[in-house]
Amino acid sequence: MSTFPLLLALIVVPAAGAAAVAALPRGRDRLAKQVALAISLLVLLLAVLATVAFDTGGPRFQLTSSVTWIADFGVSFALGVDGIALVMLLLIGVLVPVVLLASWDDPLPAHRSMRSYLAWLLLLEAMMVGVFAATDVFLFYVFFEAMLVPMYFLIGSFGGPRRQYAAMKFFLYSLLGGLVMLASVIGLYVVSNSQLGQGTFAFDALRQLDIDPGVQKLLFLGFFIAFAIKAPLVPFHTWLPDAGAEAPIGGAVLLVGVLDKVGTFGFLRYCLPLFPDASRDLAPWVLVLAVAGVLYAALLAMGQSDMKRLVSYTSIAHFGFIALGIFAFTTEGATGAVLYMVNHGISTGLLFLVVGMLIARGGSRHIRDYGGIATKAPLLAGVFLLAGLASLSLPGTNNFASELLVLIGSFPTRPVFTILATTGIILAALYILLWYQRTMHGPPRGVLMADDPAGDGTPAPDPGGAGATAVAVAPARSRTLRVQDLSGREIAVVAPLVALIIGLGVYPQPLIDLVRPAVQATMDDVGSDPGGITPSTTDAGTEGTN
Amino acid sequence: MGAIQAPDLSLAALAPLLFVFSAAAVGVLVEAFAPLRARHPAQVVIALVGMVGAFVSILLLAGTREVTAGRALAVDGPALFLQATIVGLGALSVLLFAERSLDPARSAFVASAAVPAGSLRDTELATSERVQTEVYPLASFAVGGMMLFTAANDLLIMFVALEVLSLPLYLMSGLARRRRLLSQEAAVKYFLLGAFASAFFLYGLALVYGATGSIQLADIRTAAATGGTDTLLVLGLSMLIVGLMFKASVAPFHTWTPDVYQGAPTSVTAFMAAATKVAAFGAILRLLYVAFGTADWTWRPLIYGLAIVSMVVGAVLGLTQTDVKRLLAYSSIAHAGFLLTGVIGLGAGGSGSGLPATMFYLLTYGLTTLGAFAVVTLVREGDGEATHLSQWAGLAQRSPLTAALMTFFLLALAGIPLTSGFTAKFAVFRAAIEVGAWPLAVVALVASAVAAFYYLRLVVLMYFSDPAPDGPTVGVAGLPTTTVLAVTAAATLVLGIAPGAVLDVARSAAVLVG
Repeated sequence: MSTFPLLLALIVVPAAGAAAVAALPRGRDRLAKQVALAISLLVLLLAVLATVAFDTGGPRFQLTSSVTWIADFGVSFALGVDGIALVMLLLIGVLVPVVLLASWDDPLPAHRSMRSYLAWLLLLEAMMVGVFAATDVFLFYVFFEAMLVPMYFLIGSFGGPRRQYAAMKFFLYSLLGGLVMLASVIGLYVVSNSQLGQGTFAFDALRQLDIDPGVQKLLFLGFFIAFAIKAPLVPFHTWLPDAGAEAPIGGAVLLVGVLDKVGTFGFLRYCLPLFPDASRDLAPWVLVLAVAGVLYAALLAMGQSDMKRLVSYTSIAHFGFIALGIFAFTTEGATGAVLYMVNHGISTGLLFLVVGMLIARGGSRHIRDYGGIATKAPLLAGVFLLAGLASLSLPGTNNFASELLVLIGSFPTRPVFTILATTGIILAALYILLWYQRTMHGPPRGVLMADDPAGDGTPAPDPGGAGATAVAVAPARSRTLRVQDLSGREIAVVAPLVALIIGLGVYPQPLIDLVRPAVQATMDDVGSDPGGITPSTTDAGTEGTN
Repeated sequence: MGAIQAPDLSLAALAPLLFVFSAAAVGVLVEAFAPLRARHPAQVVIALVGMVGAFVSILLLAGTREVTAGRALAVDGPALFLQATIVGLGALSVLLFAERSLDPARSAFVASAAVPAGSLRDTELATSERVQTEVYPLASFAVGGMMLFTAANDLLIMFVALEVLSLPLYLMSGLARRRRLLSQEAAVKYFLLGAFASAFFLYGLALVYGATGSIQLADIRTAAATGGTDTLLVLGLSMLIVGLMFKASVAPFHTWTPDVYQGAPTSVTAFMAAATKVAAFGAILRLLYVAFGTADWTWRPLIYGLAIVSMVVGAVLGLTQTDVKRLLAYSSIAHAGFLLTGVIGLGAGGSGSGLPATMFYLLTYGLTTLGAFAVVTLVREGDGEATHLSQWAGLAQRSPLTAALMTFFLLALAGIPLTSGFTAKFAVFRAAIEVGAWPLAVVALVASAVAAFYYLRLVVLMYFSDPAPDGPTVGVAGLPTTTVLAVTAAATLVLGIAPGAVLDVARSAAVLVG
C-alpha cells in the first residue's frame, strides 16, 4: 500500500475518467453519468485511503513522489500532502460525487451535451487535486492556471443567461492574477539560482532561501494578488458574484467550495512560509482587506435579490474570516482558518445545492418569487435552514468551531480587527434569516403558485412562469402553492453534507488533529507573531521539525 | 590584377541550402516545360523533397560549428536549429498550399495574378479549375532565403537573403483566388513597405561599413568592442534593426502586418506568420549577439522599448479586431514583443538563457500559428473563407473537432499551461528576469492577460454563442491539411507537456560562432 502512488492516482483517475466520458458516443448520457459517478466515488475512496495512510505525527509532507519533469527549468513533477492539503482533497472527494448526483436530471441549455458537462467536471476535479497535491511551485502554477479552462467551459457552456460575460470575467481575473504570480514564481527561481547555485522550484528548497526583504515584498505581492483574486478579498472580488450567479449549480458549488480555497490555501502554503518577513510586514494591510471584506460583503449580501449572488457574497465575507485567521499568525487562528475552508465548502455547498433545487422548481433566482415554501416542502425548508444556520455559524454546526477558533486565535494579536470582524456574525444572521423567512415562511406567493384545479375545472398549468401571468388575468381564482418536496435523489444529494455539518459541528476534533501539525509547521516558518504576544503556551518556542 | 580567389565552400555544411534552392530551380523548369496536368503533383513532390532533404541533412549536420564560404556563412547550432524549424514549417505550409478539396475550384490560388480585380476575365478565373503552381518554387525560394538569413555571417549576405526571402513573399501575397482586390492590395502594400525597410537595412549596412571598415559580423564585433562609441556605428545599427524589425513585424514597424495577413491567401499567411518570423529573429539574434554582443548597451535600450511597444500594440489593438486573420496578425505582433523579451535575456559574456529560450519560442510559435491559420482555411462560406468573427459563432455545435482544435491553438497562443505556448513564454520570461529585466517581464505578463481577452473572445463565440442560421460551413479537410493539423496540434501538446528533450536540444545548440 505504501508504494502505491495514491496522489498520482487521485489526479490520473478523474482525468482518465474525463477522457472516457468525453469519448462515449452521443446519446449515452445515462451511461456517462454512471461512469462519472463511479469515477468520482473511486476518487473519494482514494482520498480516504490517503487519509488513512497519512500519519499525523509523521513528517510534514507525506505520500511524496517526485519525478524530474522539465530538467532545463529545474521542474519536478513532485506531489505530496500535508494535513491542510489532505483535508482539501477529502473535501473535493466528497463534493464531486454530490455535485454529480445533484446535476443528474438538470435540464441543459440547448445544444449542450451531458457528456461534455461531466467530462469538464471530472477534468476540473483532476486539476483541483493537482493544485493541492503539488509540492513544486511550477507544478502548482501549472495546475493553478490549467484549472481555469474546465471551469471556464462549465460556466460558459452550461451557465445562466449572462454566462458569456461571467465566464470571460472569471477567466481574465484569474489569468491576470496567475500571470502576476508567474512573475514571482520566476523571481523565486532566479533567487534560488543565485543562492543555491541551481534553480529549483521545489517547495522545501525554496523555504530555506534567505531572501532580501525588499525582494520578498515584491515576490509576496505577486503571489498575494493571485490568491486574493482567487479567494476574493474585497477589491478583487467583483468576478465572484457574476461567476457564482451564472455558473450551473454544480459548477458554483465547486467554484466557491473548492476552487476559491486555492487562494486561502496559497496564503498558508506559499505566502507565509516563503516570504515570512514580507508576510509579517504586510499583514496589517491584508487584515484591513479581510475585515473590510467581512463587513462590506455581508452588507451587499443583504441587498441581493438574486439568491445565487447572495450566496456568492456570503462567501466573500467568509473568505475575509479565513484570511483573518491566517494573517493573525497564531496556530489557533490558522487552524480555525483551515477548518473554515473545509466547513465553508460543506455548508456553502449545501446552501448552493438547496438554492439550486429551489430554482429548479420555480425557474427564478429571485427571492421575491418565493414564499411560504415550508408549509408544502418541509424537508426542503429544513435543509435550507440547516445550511443557513451553518453558514451563520450557529453552535452545533460545523462552522461554529472554525469561526470560534479564528476569533479566539486572532484576538490576542489583533484585537481590533477581531472585534470588527465579529460584528460580521451579526450581519450574517441578518442576511440568512431574513432570506429564509421571506422564501420559506409567510403567506404562499411567487412563481410556484398555481391555479387550483377545482376553481374552474381546467387542469393546472405547469408550475412555472405561466402561473404568474395568470394572477393578473383572474385574481379571484383560488390558488395554492404547488411545490414538490425533496425527491429521493435530492435527499441522497443533501444527506452526506447534512451529516457532515452536524457531525463536524459536534465533534470537530479529528479534523483539527489532521491539520494542526501542518499549521504548526507553517507558523514556525513565519516565526513569532508581530504582536509579540505568545499565541498559546503549547505553541510557544516550538522549533520547526521539518 | 591577380586572379579572383574562389572562396572555399564546405558543400556538406551548405547541403540544406542546396537542397532547397535546387528544388526551387527545378520547380521553375518544371513550370516551364512540364505538361499542365503533371505540374501540380510534380511541383508538390519537388518542393517537399527539397525541404525534407534539407531537414534530413540538417539532422546529419547537427553539432557542426563552422564558418564557410569566405566567412560569409556561419553553420552553427542556432543556424541549424532555426533552419530545421524553417524547413519544417515550410514543408507543412507546402502541404497547406497543396490542399485541393476545400475550394470548389480546387485551389486557393488564382491562375493568373496579374488580371485586374473585378474584370470579366477575373470572374472567369475565380471559378476556373486552372491551377497556379508557381507558388511552390516561390515558396522554395522563400524558404531558401530564410535559411540563408539565419546563417548569414556578413551583412551583405544578410541583405541578399532578405531580398531572396522577401520577393517571393510579395508575389505570393497577391495570389488569392477569392477577394482579389484585397489580395492585390496586400501584395502592393507589402512590396512598397518591404522595399522601404530593405532600403533602411542597406543604408544601415553602409553606415556600419563606414564605421568599422568591414561587413563581417566578427570584424564588426572587434571594432564595436574597441570603438563602440562611434555615432556612425550606432546609427547604422539602429537602421539595420529597423529593417529587421519590419520583417519580424515588431511594432511600430508592423503596419503592413494586418493588411497583408488579411489579404494574402490564408495558407500563405500561415507560411509568412510562422516561417518569416523565425528567419527574421534568427537574423536579429545573430546580428545583435555576434556583431554587437560585446557592445550590448548600443541595442539593449532600443530592444527593450520595442518589446514593450510591440506587446502593448499587439495586445491592445487586437482587442478591436473583427476579422480572424487580422486578429491573428495582431497576435503575431504581440508575440514578436514576447520574443524580443527573450532577446533581451543575453547575459554577461554571451551566457544567459535568452538565445535557447528565443529559439524554442520561435519553434512553438511557428507550429501553433501555422495550425491556427490551417483551421481558418477550413471555415468557409459560399466559395471563400469565413473570416469575420461573427461568422464563427456557434462553430462548436457545427463542428466540435474544428472548434476544439482552434481553441487549443488559441489557448497555446494565450500561454495557458500544458500547451507549448506556456513553456515558451516561461522560457523567455525567465531569460529576461535572469538578467534583471523584471519590469519588462511584468509588462509582458500584463500584455499576455490583455491578449488573452481576444483569444478567449473567439472561444466564447465558438462555444458559448448559438450558431447563426445561415452560418458558415466547415470544409472537409483533405489529407494535406489534416496532416498539418495533426502535426501542429500534436507538437503544441507535446511541447507543453514534455518539452524537456526539445529544450535540451535548443540549449545545447545555442552557441553562435562568429
